[in-house]
Amino acid sequence: MSAALSCAGLRREFGAVRAVDGVDLSLPAGARHALIGPNGAGKSTLFRLLAGGLRPSAGRIALDGADVTRLSEARRARLGIGQTFQHSSLFLSMTAGENVALAAERAQGRPWWPLPRAHAARRERVGQLLGEVGLDGRVDAAVMALSHGERRQLEIAVALATRPRVLLLDEPAAGLSPAESARLADLVRRLPDEVSLLFVEHDLDLVFRLATRVTVMHLGAVLMSGSPEEVRGSPEVQAAYLGSGRRQDLFLAPASEPASEEE
Amino acid sequence: MFLELRGLRSGYRQGTVLHGVDLALDRGQTLALLGRNGVGKSTLVMTVMGLVRATGGTMQLGGADLTGRRPHEIARAGAALVPQGRRIWPTLTVQDHLELTARAAGKNKGAPGRWTRDALFELLPGLAGRRRHLAGLLSGGEQQMLAIARALVTDPALILMDEPSEGLAPLVVDQIGGVIRELAAGGVAILLVEQDLHLAFDVAQEIAVMAKGVIVHRCATDAFRRDPATAGRLLGVEA
Amino acid sequence: MSVALPRLSGRAAERAALVAVLALLAAAPLFLTPYATSTVTRIMVFALLAASLDLLVGFTGLPSLGHGAYFGAGAYAAGWCAVHVTASGPVALAVAIAAGAVVAAIAGCVAVRARGVFFLMLTLAIGEVVQQLAESWHDVTGGSNGLYGIPAARLGGFSLIDVGARHWFVLAGFAVGAAAVRCIAASPLGDTLRGIRDNEARMRALGYRVYHYKLAAFIISGAVAGLAGGLLAAHQRLVTPPDVGLGTSILALLAVTIGGEGSLWGPCVGAALVVVITDALGSSLGGHGPLVLGLLFVVVVFALPGGLARAVAARRRAAS
Repeated sequence: MSAALSCAGLRREFGAVRAVDGVDLSLPAGARHALIGPNGAGKSTLFRLLAGGLRPSAGRIALDGADVTRLSEARRARLGIGQTFQHSSLFLSMTAGENVALAAERAQGRPWWPLPRAHAARRERVGQLLGEVGLDGRVDAAVMALSHGERRQLEIAVALATRPRVLLLDEPAAGLSPAESARLADLVRRLPDEVSLLFVEHDLDLVFRLATRVTVMHLGAVLMSGSPEEVRGSPEVQAAYLGSGRRQDLFLAPASEPASEEE
Repeated sequence: MFLELRGLRSGYRQGTVLHGVDLALDRGQTLALLGRNGVGKSTLVMTVMGLVRATGGTMQLGGADLTGRRPHEIARAGAALVPQGRRIWPTLTVQDHLELTARAAGKNKGAPGRWTRDALFELLPGLAGRRRHLAGLLSGGEQQMLAIARALVTDPALILMDEPSEGLAPLVVDQIGGVIRELAAGGVAILLVEQDLHLAFDVAQEIAVMAKGVIVHRCATDAFRRDPATAGRLLGVEA
Repeated sequence: MSVALPRLSGRAAERAALVAVLALLAAAPLFLTPYATSTVTRIMVFALLAASLDLLVGFTGLPSLGHGAYFGAGAYAAGWCAVHVTASGPVALAVAIAAGAVVAAIAGCVAVRARGVFFLMLTLAIGEVVQQLAESWHDVTGGSNGLYGIPAARLGGFSLIDVGARHWFVLAGFAVGAAAVRCIAASPLGDTLRGIRDNEARMRALGYRVYHYKLAAFIISGAVAGLAGGLLAAHQRLVTPPDVGLGTSILALLAVTIGGEGSLWGPCVGAALVVVITDALGSSLGGHGPLVLGLLFVVVVFALPGGLARAVAARRRAAS
């Protein structure tokens, strides 16, 4: 069975800089795959290559086994690739519901229809999607009125509205407070099993909580790919990205006796 | 206390954000300011720096009342800002950043502050080899280091840092933690706004939590870590 | 003795206002001088042109400096048809719509692939080309003398000669055209266009064929502009190159900006202002109509960003 999304020998240069240098990646159906690495490692470039916003200098990209390397971003989106962006990319003059509706209409409706149409059925689906991401009852809220965390949730709702088979999330937790990150983690856990997820993240707690597989990128190439434990324990990864790796527990047992010094 | 805020209020055209903040911080203290998004943490930092005008309350820096003063006066009084998102100048080199700031602070001629060029590059070795690089081409971590260096040029007694770890690799965050600890050891007061609890707990002796424009909790970091229930309630996390 | 007007909310108020405006427009020939009526007729023509431009500017986010081209194409086509083929009003209008759509389609294919300043320049260039064509294609357009001697439009056996008849003919055309634009604005297609205006990159990432939609917006907008041109020909019975040119394009853009882009009714009000200031008040302003208009534009940009429509909407929000 072919992978949901895969790439082989993917390369992209910007002038003299090799942003992505021979990357192979395979995303099976239902994957929960994290892409980590220092800034400048090529993660965002890789995402853009996979989604189609950027053409590779070399290599192939396949969606469900079919070669999509030459296809445009819009075409790939129609074939089932959904994405969110690192910097919020929503329709700012509209409400949350209208944002989701634009996505849903493209996938299941007739976005070219030139006559006003009753929105009852669509409104229901939109409300349902917003509920799934934790924005119940915010159908008519203006995007400008939503908090940063809510906008990130809305982004995912918009991406999900097209019923994608592959979902690319670029730093979905950027700028979120610990509470909002936890909510996001719940959201990701509730994603349909068939959706293959590839996400870039710096928040390691989130990565190791959600991912079943982790790929580390460094200087445009794949440094290592494996289970979260393998990656966490790898000395090269620690030297390049993770640092001391072992992070202390955030919270300690409540003190039952007056402070015994511990460091 | 070097920094004293009493009943500080401020906000934007859309509405008041700070509803009376009381805060005191002394030299050598590092305080981490936590709280959900939108409670006013960044607004507090901007108000202390004079970038957002205070509409009520008082602010004292080093004993002088600087309420409602302009940013450059507050900078001269010994405060420096490492802003959220770094805000470095992409078309200037690392060297330019430091010279420009030094010139503006009047530190080029005569006695330089504690933070000479060499001292800065010793603290932040990643920058030494990048002197002539355009800031826009630096990695996220290097840009953060540059933002810190720029703040140090004015030899401040108080450093305000707004989410320095945002978007950075854990390795780099560790390095920044080291830098912050070194600065604190040198006697600088540090007010750190952070979402990354690991970093916050690592460098700060005290934690303050903000909600709805006021400070609702303040205690030693150790005590905070031993009270997961309260932390969970205030921050909405499961401990 | 005052009459208390019932307070109507949102939708009902809009509808009431619409009915009132249409009634006033229809009644104009009955109590205005022929010259004043003619001015109102010209306002309607220009308002339709402004509304068609708003579909492009306010809805799709494509500011065009060449809209006069489609307006003029429609006017010349309708005039030519009336002179050489048939004086039937509806046929001339159909030809005008087609002409506007075709010229817009050609222009769109060229311009839509460009962005920002380049797009603006291309639309400007296309407008200039069409005006040049109008000036030099003597046989068809009458050159710089214009296409004159257009027979009165015929509708159901009647020749629409007098001011009132022409006025109502234009009113009917305007109503149909404006309704069509309004219809599209409120449709899924309208939503798609607004999406493109807000965040074109996101639309692409969602799978929309953005190029096709922009081209469609161009063609529809051009068709309605062509209709407005056809109405001009029926009313004035004369079409000259300036009708096609940059002057018209700029006035249309001014009307949209002053009135409030994206609101559809705003540009209509803006059109009324433009026509009144440049035409009707022209003489009393000592020929300084354009200067006044320019000043008004500057004032609106500084004091009322988003035009009159945005100011009114803000007022209404504050009151509720």
